[in-house]
Order: sequence, then structure tokens, then C-alpha cells
Amino acid sequence: MSIQSSVEVQTEWGIVSARQAGRNLAKEIGFGGVDQARITTAISELARNIYLYAEKGEIVIEAVEETRGAQKKKGIKITAKDRGPGIKNIREVMEDGYTTSGGLGAGLPGVRRLMDDFDVDSVMEEGTTITAIKWLR
Amino acid sequence: MAESKELLHDQYANILRAYLEEQSEQGLYYAQQFSKRVLEEQISPEEVVSLHLEVLEEFFPELPKGAHESFELLLEVMMGYGLAYREHQSLRDKTKELEAEINVAANMQQTFLPDEIPHVNGLDVGVLSVPASKMSGDYYHFVKDDHDCVGLAIADIIGKGIPAALCMSMIKYTMDSYPEQRLQPGALLENVNRVVEQNIASNMFITMMYGSYDSRSHQFNYAGAGHEPGFYYKAAEDTFEELHAKGIVLGIKRNTNYKEYQLTVDPGDFVVLLSDGVTECRTDDGFIEREAITRLIRTYQHLPAQEIVNHVFYELERAQGFQLRDDFTLIILRRNV
Repeated sequence: MSIQSSVEVQTEWGIVSARQAGRNLAKEIGFGGVDQARITTAISELARNIYLYAEKGEIVIEAVEETRGAQKKKGIKITAKDRGPGIKNIREVMEDGYTTSGGLGAGLPGVRRLMDDFDVDSVMEEGTTITAIKWLR
Repeated sequence: MAESKELLHDQYANILRAYLEEQSEQGLYYAQQFSKRVLEEQISPEEVVSLHLEVLEEFFPELPKGAHESFELLLEVMMGYGLAYREHQSLRDKTKELEAEINVAANMQQTFLPDEIPHVNGLDVGVLSVPASKMSGDYYHFVKDDHDCVGLAIADIIGKGIPAALCMSMIKYTMDSYPEQRLQPGALLENVNRVVEQNIASNMFITMMYGSYDSRSHQFNYAGAGHEPGFYYKAAEDTFEELHAKGIVLGIKRNTNYKEYQLTVDPGDFVVLLSDGVTECRTDDGFIEREAITRLIRTYQHLPAQEIVNHVFYELERAQGFQLRDDFTLIILRRNV
């Protein structure tokens, strides 16, 4: 599987396109309804962060595979890249209840919980890259 | 996991089938029980919506057009609740962890306080110290030397909770490091003041009263550092007097002298030391009067010292609706013979 799509996020339309691309691929990989909703919610959150704080960035969605012994697992990987101001204190934004959303459970901790693997890399004044993977069970 | 999901699915299918056949209150009761069950299993709301749709489609393979899609929309709406639910779970776990840590700290703090009251012939001592929350900002201390002299200290760290508790350990270690001065109240306060002044933030203050009782001469010497005045009960006159000691609060001025006072204790006389949590008890009618405390003590005066303090505490706690607003410490030291 080498499907990959990249969506520019500059407007709220971008957020919707990223969700659409994510849902299509998630369906194709074989995720059920609840997981599809989780994946698109994660994409939404990441894309909104770009839209609100970085103004410009992209969401890349791709299918991934991992082989461990005889076991092969499939998943979906979301990468959110921006060249925004960067996150000053990553540990702080990863804490529950920190959010600017007023404790609605969203934000980066929400994304981490919706997905299986999660990684943040941020350099001040350069930008932030967040990757999140959900595996098909 | 997969197995328990299947079980939940079957349970829900049974509940829904029964309810669709007959809309009874019992059916709704089962649904309520089921909701407890899903909470126990930490199933988030969007999964419940999905479960409902799944079961519904098994019952009615030909759902009217739009029914399936409407559930997709509902599922999306429930995602926000799902996220908030998970955050709530994680915050709850964190609270538990913090609580456990505070319990450990509170237990450790208890070890700072003397675990037994010194026994001296002819002397009856009662003490009760109750924190408003888990950690206390009140401190008390007893020490007895080979000549049956008893030293007692009471200190109140202004403020409550953890910062006050951390401060308390400093007082404890300072007191422990000056054994030779234990029985000289003025000098002891001067030493503690020096340590406190050097070691705590300028916005923290500690008040303290220290007294020593010599059971051979029946002299009670004491000095105070801005502490809530205690009482002295004179048996011969059946009156309470203020046990006032002039002296600046600890931690403000480096070189401070504390004036020492002396009393001769006759049989039946007693000394009452307290923290401001006792005098600042608030009832619906406002702060209680200091006389109210002496009145209470009088009521139970015939009892042993420990029972007096227990009763006074109970009455004051009751007057406040069993909610302490400040740490409470009350000490009574009475000469019996």
C-alpha cells in the first residue's frame, strides 16, 4: 500500500479536506465506524491546531505496515507539519487540563488517547511536527 | 477485551429486545444497570452509540433510509464526550496518585509530633492536634529531662496545607538540635528565630510559644513569639487569666530578644496553650469569643486534662458543623498535687 495524501491547511476547508482524506483511507484499510470517527477527530484536532496557531501547514495521511515475526499489522499514520512558532513547553501542552479548549478533553492529550503511537517534535521559531499512528486490530 | 465486548453486545441486545417488546419500567431499570456496567468497563460514549446501531441493525436489517447515517452523525457528536470522558478518567487517576502521595506525607508529618505525653508525677497533661485538611501547619513538642522538668512548645505556621507542613519540619529539626537550651524559653526562641529568618521566604511567618515547667520548684517559665495568647487558670481565685507573652513573630528580624515570664503554679492551677484554629472557630454567628473557650474548659474542668481537650474540641467542631477551617491544637498542663 503506498497511498499517501497531503492536504494543505490554511482555512477551515483544509480541515474538512484532511478529515475526508483520513476517513477515506481509514475505511479502505478496514477500520470500523468508531475507529474512523476517532481517526478523523484526531486529524481535526491536529489540523485545527495548525489553522489556529501556525496559520499554514500540512497534514499527510498514509497507510503503514509493520511486520513483527509472522505478524503483519496495518495502520494509518497522520503527520501534521507546520512552520509556526513552535511549542515552548511540550510537557505542559501534553498535560490534561492545560488546553486552551477549556478542559474539553481535546488538544494533544486527546489526540494521543485517540491514537496508538504518538510523537511530537518542535523547534522554537521553526515549527512543529506531530506524528500519530493507529493500528488496525 | 474482545470477549467482554461480545458479552456486552449480547447483554445490550437482550435488554433492547425486551424493551422493544414491552416498554416497561423494568426494562428501563435494566438499561440503567447496563449504563453502570459500561462505565465500569470504561467504555466511552461513542462506543455505546456504535453498539446500539449494531444491535439495531441485527434486529431490523432493513432500517429506513437515513437511520444508519443519522447514527454516524450522532457518533461524531459523541466523540467530544468520549474525549472529555477519557480526560476525566486520567485526571481521576492523577488525583488518586496525588492523594496517595499526600497520605504518605501526612503520615510522615505525624512522626514529627511526639507520640506520647511525658509522665511526671503530679502533672496532668492533655493534648489534641487536628489538621483542617490532611497536612497540618500546627506543631507541638514535649520534652522531659532527668529532673522531671517538662518543656512544651506550640507553633503555628501562618498558612495551611503543604507549604506550612514543609515549614514545620524545619521547626522540628531546629528544636531537636538545641537540647541544652530546651529549658530556657527565651534563648530557645532566639535560636529558632535565627534559623527561621535565614531559611524561609519573607512571606511566611511562624508564631510560637515555649514554656518549661520545673516540677521541683513548680515554676513555669515561658516566652512567646507573636503567638495566640493562652490561658492560666488560678485555682485559688477560680479565674482565667491571659497567658500573654510579648515578642515578635519568628522569621522577621534576625536578632530578636524574647522576654521570659515566670509563674508559680499552685495545686489545681493549669496552663492552656492553643493555636489560632481554636480561637478562630467560626460559627454562623461569627467568630467565637475567647470567653466561650474558657467557659467550655470550665464545663469539663473536673475531668482529666486529656478529656478536657477532647471535649472542648468536640464542642467547637460541632459548633462549626464538623468542618474545621484552620488547624486546631489545644494543650492543657495541670498541677494536680
